[in-house]
Amino acid sequence: MNRTALGKLFVAVGAAAVVSVSALLPTSVFAEESGLVNVYSARKEALIKPLFDRFTQDTGITVNLVTGKADALLKRLEVEGSASPADLFVTVDAGRLHRAKEAGVLQVAKSAVLEELIPANLKDRDGYWYGMTQRARTIFYVKGKVDPAELTTYEDLADPKWKKRICVRSSSNIYNQSLVASMIDANGVEATEVWAKGLVANFAKPPAGGDTDQLKAAAAGVCDIAIANTYYFGRLLKSTDEESQAVASKLTAFWPNQTDRGVHMNVSGVGVTKHARNLGNAVKLMEFMASDESQAWYGEENNEYPVVSGAKVSDVLDGLGQFKADDIDLSKLGENNRAAVELMDRAGWK
Amino acid sequence: MSVVKTSKRTNRISGLSLSSLLIVLILALPIAVIIGFVFKGSVDVFSHLYDTVLIDYVTNSLLLMFGVGAGVLLLGIPTAWLTSVCDFPGRKIFAWALLLPLAVPAYIIAYTYTGLLDYAGPVQVAIREITGLGYGEYWFFEIRSLPGAVVMLALVLYPYVYLLSRAAFLEQSASTLEVSRTLGYNQWQGLFKLALPLARPAIIAGLTLALMETLADYGTVQYFGVSTFTTGIFRTFYGFGDSAAAAQLAAFLLGFVALLVLVEKYSRRKARYHSSAEYKAKAKLIPLAGWKAAMAYFICLIPVLFGFLIPAIQLAYWSFTQADLSDGAFAQLAWNSFYLAFLAALIAVGFALILAYAKRLNPRKIVSFSVATAGMGYALPGTIIAVGVIIPFAWLDHQLIALASNWFGVDLGLILSGTLVALLFAYTVRFLAVSLGAVQSGLDKIKPSLDGAARTLGSTPLQVLRQIHVPLMKSSVLTALLIVFVDVLKELPATLILRPFNFNTLAVRAFELASDERLVDAAPASLLIVVVGLLPVILLSRSIAKGRTGS
Repeated sequence: MNRTALGKLFVAVGAAAVVSVSALLPTSVFAEESGLVNVYSARKEALIKPLFDRFTQDTGITVNLVTGKADALLKRLEVEGSASPADLFVTVDAGRLHRAKEAGVLQVAKSAVLEELIPANLKDRDGYWYGMTQRARTIFYVKGKVDPAELTTYEDLADPKWKKRICVRSSSNIYNQSLVASMIDANGVEATEVWAKGLVANFAKPPAGGDTDQLKAAAAGVCDIAIANTYYFGRLLKSTDEESQAVASKLTAFWPNQTDRGVHMNVSGVGVTKHARNLGNAVKLMEFMASDESQAWYGEENNEYPVVSGAKVSDVLDGLGQFKADDIDLSKLGENNRAAVELMDRAGWK
Repeated sequence: MSVVKTSKRTNRISGLSLSSLLIVLILALPIAVIIGFVFKGSVDVFSHLYDTVLIDYVTNSLLLMFGVGAGVLLLGIPTAWLTSVCDFPGRKIFAWALLLPLAVPAYIIAYTYTGLLDYAGPVQVAIREITGLGYGEYWFFEIRSLPGAVVMLALVLYPYVYLLSRAAFLEQSASTLEVSRTLGYNQWQGLFKLALPLARPAIIAGLTLALMETLADYGTVQYFGVSTFTTGIFRTFYGFGDSAAAAQLAAFLLGFVALLVLVEKYSRRKARYHSSAEYKAKAKLIPLAGWKAAMAYFICLIPVLFGFLIPAIQLAYWSFTQADLSDGAFAQLAWNSFYLAFLAALIAVGFALILAYAKRLNPRKIVSFSVATAGMGYALPGTIIAVGVIIPFAWLDHQLIALASNWFGVDLGLILSGTLVALLFAYTVRFLAVSLGAVQSGLDKIKPSLDGAARTLGSTPLQVLRQIHVPLMKSSVLTALLIVFVDVLKELPATLILRPFNFNTLAVRAFELASDERLVDAAPASLLIVVVGLLPVILLSRSIAKGRTGS
């Protein structure tokens, strides 16, 4: 390519690029009268956009979406303040919803429908946010290597009999932080710290990777027990890939703490932002997310448990069996989060 | 230098300096915001970190830096030397193929090697099936570890060293080699006593870029479970929900980098590195044959094989066999990535040229200091830069909104912070160091006396620029454009936070799927990042080569 051709290409691409940028500048996200709702979501696009598309089909209301990490989006909400275009804030854990409430970026949105549908322990006690899906964080064991009678509670995982037998991901992960936060609520900080030290001593390998990696590690013989969220296991079970199926076939879910508080649960949830301009549409979208249809969709698509009682539980989850769930007030997960992280730092949980 | 500072040109110089100072001030704003957090107390967080994990963070970060530093030098310098000075089969292909790993994001190479090499991957499964041993009964390299992270980062970051030191080797004209012979040096002595010391600014520039990128890396180390200072910053941000304390940690990181840069500057104090670029006789290549040629071939093959071919093949395999392609829109994603990277490269290199020339024409302390400051953003993780961008932008937006509603009664909405303006600005802050490094190392090699001579012969400064600097600088500027382009293409965290509604890039798509533990489904988008990045890598490396040989 000679110089002029390269130069022309440059100019052409540059012009197209500038057009593309300017096309995005005059955003239509502020028109209050039109059918719009703007969402900041920590839930990944693939796991929420299909639902929003359905909502748009049903109601004609356009949904604008930005996805990202919860804390970063929360920061964006905070600094944008009253000028923020966001109407809804979606997260995948109760701790961050609590953090958003504390940061003052949410408001109480009145919805008789949601108040009735969603159980008290799965929503904010003051009405700032609502849980939309549930997942259990439970124990998966390798068939044949662990006798289910050996397993009892999360607390028991600190017992030396599990030495070098446990796989769990990093304590930087919010699901571990929430689990520990729930244990702080049940047993207090000191006892939980002793427990965490015992657990760390039982690790088969230093924590790395995600929940799926822990399940794979267990199946590969690295450890006998993995702690993971149910939907990761459900995804392996449902996979068409042989390797994933082989992993799932070697493992079984165990429901701990059935004689006391129950299995640790977390929610994905949603709250209306303090300066929402499309309040009505925002509430409509939340109510749509709590509809039977949406609740069933989450079950099928991401193997999550519904928050609305009576909504269909997916076959895969049904196959894992019934269990008693911890009905802790989820706000406490947020309140105890910092103490949980500090405690895990002290316990040497990487 | 005195010739340059003729009184006649005072006006022009101060105009350039002024605009450069303005640029620096604007670009330093996010960094200033971050440093500003230092004055917000959060002592309890620090005493907690100090008591528990801080030593671990610092140790790991230092080990990572030393490891990656050694790695990029070992991979980058020999390959640069071989492809620019020696002749062996495959040299011409390696000359550009060695750049390919630049197009592979570090977190993606980490994903692919984990998929291959961890206990559940095909390699270890095969070992277990063949030998009948169980896990733990045989030794295997643990990819998810500090050494693993070192290898991953070195494999994708060495092209910085390669690119810049190769340019330096090529620009060391034939006379350098002749001098070397005159002094009675053999090839190796020539390399160590002349070529390497002369290429030092370029090598250091490349090394600095690689190390700053290493310090800013979050994706790879986090995935490997290696606790570094940067993962500590995010643990503080996400775990404690304390963005102020996170920003303070980031400020310390900046302080450390500033110290490094100062030490480097001090260590070469008065040394000047101008080669006689006006005498551009083409150096004769040293022909290699037999086992020497084979050695050269393998030395060049290794980084290309492990840094590009294996991960790219793995991604292609996943994409075409198992990945879920239903969630398409790949053309839109690729175009979004492409034009953002293209514009950001033009902006960053434009600014770098202004700054570099301002510094050259007006080598006052204040100018060099501000230019050095402007490049600091590269050592900061993108998320932190984004926070530093969004705070002043949102503030400005609020002022504009108040103004508009007071004067015109209209609701302006966010015109800066929720748009691509913020994103392009963040890219510029983050990647200015990259373009500055390349542009400056090119400019450093043009003797100031050359400018002087031309001026004495009656050329206007603009003529000097057009007739001397443009041809001599062309390859450096193209190099700068190329690196920024590819860097922006790979950029994730700032894009994630600052992008507007309904706007995604390839990196965002790849990240969303990968962080949802769907590595295989993330492969198509990852592969496209590599492919889009390849195009300019090949185009520009050819153009650079042409510019040099003058054909």
